[in-house]
Amino acid sequence: MIKEILRKKKYGTINVNKTENGRIIPYPKYTKKEKEEKDREVENDLWIRCKGCDETLLKEDIIKTSYVCNRCDYHFRMGARDRINLILDVDSFMEYDVEMKTIDPLDFPGYNNKINKAKEKTGESEAVITGEGRINGLAVVICVMNADFMMGSMGSVVGEKITRAIEKAIEKKRPVIIFSASGGARMQEGILSLMQMGKTAAALSRLSNEGLLYISVLTDPTTGGVTASFATLGDIILAEPKALIGFAGPRVIEQTIRQKLPEGFQRSEFLKERGFVDRIVHRKNLKNMLYKILYIHSLGGEKNE
Amino acid sequence: MNSSLNFEKPVIELESKIGDLENFASVSGVNLENEINILRKKLDNIKNDAYSNLTPWQRVKIARLQERPTSLEYIEKIIYGFIEFHGDRLYADDHAIVGGIGTLKGTPVTVIGHQKGKNTNDNIKRNFGMPHPEGYRKALRLMKQAEKFKRPVIMFVDTPGAYCGLEAEERGQGEAIALNLFEMSRLKTPIIVIVIGEGGSGGALALGIGDRVCMLENSIYSVISPEGLSSILWKDASLAEEAAGIMRLTAQDLFEFNVIDKVIKEPLGGAHKDVDSTSSKIKQYLIKELPGLMDLDIDTLIQNRYEKLRGMGTWG
Repeated sequence: MIKEILRKKKYGTINVNKTENGRIIPYPKYTKKEKEEKDREVENDLWIRCKGCDETLLKEDIIKTSYVCNRCDYHFRMGARDRINLILDVDSFMEYDVEMKTIDPLDFPGYNNKINKAKEKTGESEAVITGEGRINGLAVVICVMNADFMMGSMGSVVGEKITRAIEKAIEKKRPVIIFSASGGARMQEGILSLMQMGKTAAALSRLSNEGLLYISVLTDPTTGGVTASFATLGDIILAEPKALIGFAGPRVIEQTIRQKLPEGFQRSEFLKERGFVDRIVHRKNLKNMLYKILYIHSLGGEKNE
Repeated sequence: MNSSLNFEKPVIELESKIGDLENFASVSGVNLENEINILRKKLDNIKNDAYSNLTPWQRVKIARLQERPTSLEYIEKIIYGFIEFHGDRLYADDHAIVGGIGTLKGTPVTVIGHQKGKNTNDNIKRNFGMPHPEGYRKALRLMKQAEKFKRPVIMFVDTPGAYCGLEAEERGQGEAIALNLFEMSRLKTPIIVIVIGEGGSGGALALGIGDRVCMLENSIYSVISPEGLSSILWKDASLAEEAAGIMRLTAQDLFEFNVIDKVIKEPLGGAHKDVDSTSSKIKQYLIKELPGLMDLDIDTLIQNRYEKLRGMGTWG
C-alpha cells in the first residue's frame, strides 16, 4: 500500500471549496466548456478515492475533516486558502503582496502559458500566500505554499514574498510560521530561482539574530530547493504524517543508485527517526500544537522583559 | 585523456600539421619558416573563430572537461603553504570537498572548494565532485573557524550537484545545504566565491554565498543540469544541447542578471590550456578585492552581503 503511494506521480489533490478573501465559495470558477465537462463528471466531484486505504469517500465528508481520511488518517494535500482557514482565527488574516506578478526573465518556452494555467486552476496568483493573522489570539506572520500551483515551485515571486514576510515579522517582532509544499526551485526562472534559496535563508538568519521564533511545518511534498533552504531551517520543525520530505526526489535517487528505495523512505516518520523533524502532528491537532508552542515562546526567556 | 571537443577538431588538426612541418624542417634542414608562419597565422584565425563564439553547450563541455583545473590545482598555484584539514567532526571526511588554510600575499586565508577527480580512480574517491552532507558540514566547520580567527574565506565552486543518494538523504542533504546558506549569509568575515567549472544547483550554492561572486569565462551555473531540464521538458536527456541554449547558464548570462560581479577571462580554448595564466588572473582578482572587504567593519560587510542577496530575482 505504501509502496503504491511512493510510486505514484500524482498525489491526492482535490480542488473544491476555493475561497476568496477568506470567504468560502461553493465551486471554483470554470469556463463554460469546463463546466459542461464537469457536469458530466458529477460523480467525481462528489466522490474521491483515498490514496491511503483505497476507500471511496464523500468529498463533503473529508472537507469536514480538513482533507483527512476518516478511516485511515491519510492526509490529502490541501490548498493554501483552506490551510489558512484551518490554522488562523476567523477573519484574522491580512494578506501581503497580493499584487506581485510573475514575469518570464529567460523567455522560457511555454512559461507564461504555464503560469496562466496554474492561476486558472488554483485561483491564486502564485505558489505561496503570505500575510499575518492570529492563532487563538496570538499574532503571527504566516506563509503557506500551494502544491497545486506549478508543484509549489519557488521562483522569484515565491522567494520575494517569503523574504518580505520574514522582514515584516522582524519589523513587527512576530514569530514566523511557514507551511512548505513544493517540488523545489522553479526551473523556468533559471539561476534566479536558485538564488531565492540564498535570499530566504539570509532573511531567516536575520530573524534568528533578532531572537524571533520560526516554526517550519513540512507538508506533502517538501523537496528540492525548498528543503535545502527555509523548510529545514526552523527553530522547530513539524511535519504532517507521511509527507514526502527530501532533497532529491525518490525517482531521481532510484535512477542514481539503480535500486528501489525502502518502504517509507523520505516520509515524515523516517525523517523524525533520522533526527530532522521535531514532531509529527496530525492535522486535527496542528492549530493547537502551534498555539502551545507560540504561547510558551510568548512568555519570553529569563532575561526578557 | 583526450580533451578534443568536436568544435576543436580543425584547430587540433592544423596544430599537428604545423608540428609535423617543424619536425621535417629540423630533420631535413630545409627552410620552411615562411610556410610555417603562414600556417601559424591561419591557426590563430581558426582558433579565434572556434573559441570566440562558443555556444552555451560548448561551454558546458569545456566546464566539464576532465583536464579542467580543479580546486586543488588552483590552490597550489594561488595559496602559499596550504595545509589541508579533514572531517566534519560529526560523521566523516568527504573527499568531494577540500578545505584548509594558507596565505595569500602574506594574508592568512581559509580556502574551501568542491574537488573533482583527475582520473577515474580519483573521481571515485572524490565522488565526481558531488558532496554528501558531511562535505557541506566540513565546509561550515572551516568557515566558522575562519570567522573565529578573522581570516577571509576563498571558495572554489565546481560540482555537478549535491549527491542524490540514499545515504545523503538519510544524513540530511537538504538541511546541510540550507544551514550553509543561513550561516554564510551572516558569517563575520569576508567571503569571495569563484565558480571555476560547474555550478550545479543547490550543491554549488551551498558554497556560493559571498561578498564577491565571480565566474571563470567558460564555467556554468544553473538551477538544474541541461540533461535534467531536457528530460523534464521533452522527456529526452539527449536534447541537452537545446536545453543549454535556453537556460542562460553561462558566466556572461549570470553577469547580465546581476547574479555575479565579474567574469574572469580564460586563455583561448579554456583554462586547461594555460593553468598558470588562469591562476594568476584569479589571484589578481582576489588581491584586488580582498583588502577593501577586510577594511569594512563587520556590520557593513554583512549588511552589504544581505543587500546583494536581497536584490536577486525579478517580478512585476
